[in-house]
Amino acid sequence: MRRQLCVVMVAAMLVAGCEQGIPPEALALSQVSVEKRTLQTRYFDTEDEAKMLTAAVGVLQDLGFTLEESESDLGVLLATKDRDAVEAGQVAGAIVAALFGVSMAIDRNQKIRVSVITRPLEDGRGRTAVRVTFQRLVWNTRGQISKIESLNEPELYQGFFEKLSQSVFLEAHEI
Amino acid sequence: MKSLTKVFAGLVAAALLAGCQTDSRDQVLAVSQSSVALRSMQTRAFDTTDKLKTMRTVIATLQDLGFIVDKADDMLGTVSGTKLDGYTLRMTVTVRERGETQMMIRANAQYNITPVEEPGPYQQFFAALEKAMFLTAHQID
Repeated sequence: MRRQLCVVMVAAMLVAGCEQGIPPEALALSQVSVEKRTLQTRYFDTEDEAKMLTAAVGVLQDLGFTLEESESDLGVLLATKDRDAVEAGQVAGAIVAALFGVSMAIDRNQKIRVSVITRPLEDGRGRTAVRVTFQRLVWNTRGQISKIESLNEPELYQGFFEKLSQSVFLEAHEI
Repeated sequence: MKSLTKVFAGLVAAALLAGCQTDSRDQVLAVSQSSVALRSMQTRAFDTTDKLKTMRTVIATLQDLGFIVDKADDMLGTVSGTKLDGYTLRMTVTVRERGETQMMIRANAQYNITPVEEPGPYQQFFAALEKAMFLTAHQID
């Protein structure tokens, strides 16, 4: 009886694998969207969008990113970098697991993606908004994807805007 | 008797699985709905003629929804983005003129390895876009 149940459950799971729904909040605006916008956006006192984009490319290069896509008419930059993703904590965990005869996959490499979007503000003050977003994909030692995420650590964004600010000799305003 | 039931359960499972797909190459031109129904849920018209500004607003909306813009082409009026949040959601949005007074916006999305073919997510996307455009999204036939 138990075995039958098992067979049916496995079958159900496999069939369910054919159909996967999009989470209801995936395309919905929320309070979190507003907070993220604040986190990821800074305003600069210039109308020179090309200057902001050029400076952003420079900062991305300083950080070791390679440019994947750019459309200056729309103020769009996309850059990526592939890096090591090994973390000491996971390695320690894997060693302990190995002592108990369990083989554990740990994170090995990652692809970091960043987009920089500039947008002239139509508020009569001649300002340009710059919005940056970081995401990453992490693969483990078995070649499986272990993390698919947006990066929301404020330090990352503050650090990026500090560099951009220095590069254009303009202050990055939060509002 | 017990084993017969097991065989039966196995057969049912196999039949259910077979219902999924027989040749995975069929996916190339596969659609699960009529193109008309799909187009209608993925398309809206806005009363504006400013293509560049519309595209910039589409980009800003995608960013608000957590996407990174992967590609943009102002001549073709296309913008593609990816959202990574435990899943991969990819979206392409096209902007083109509709008559003399409107811009037509069409969006299509892919969630992991499945197309998004229900109206809900598109309604949400256009609701967010409406807010950013300060314009009403018109359903078109």
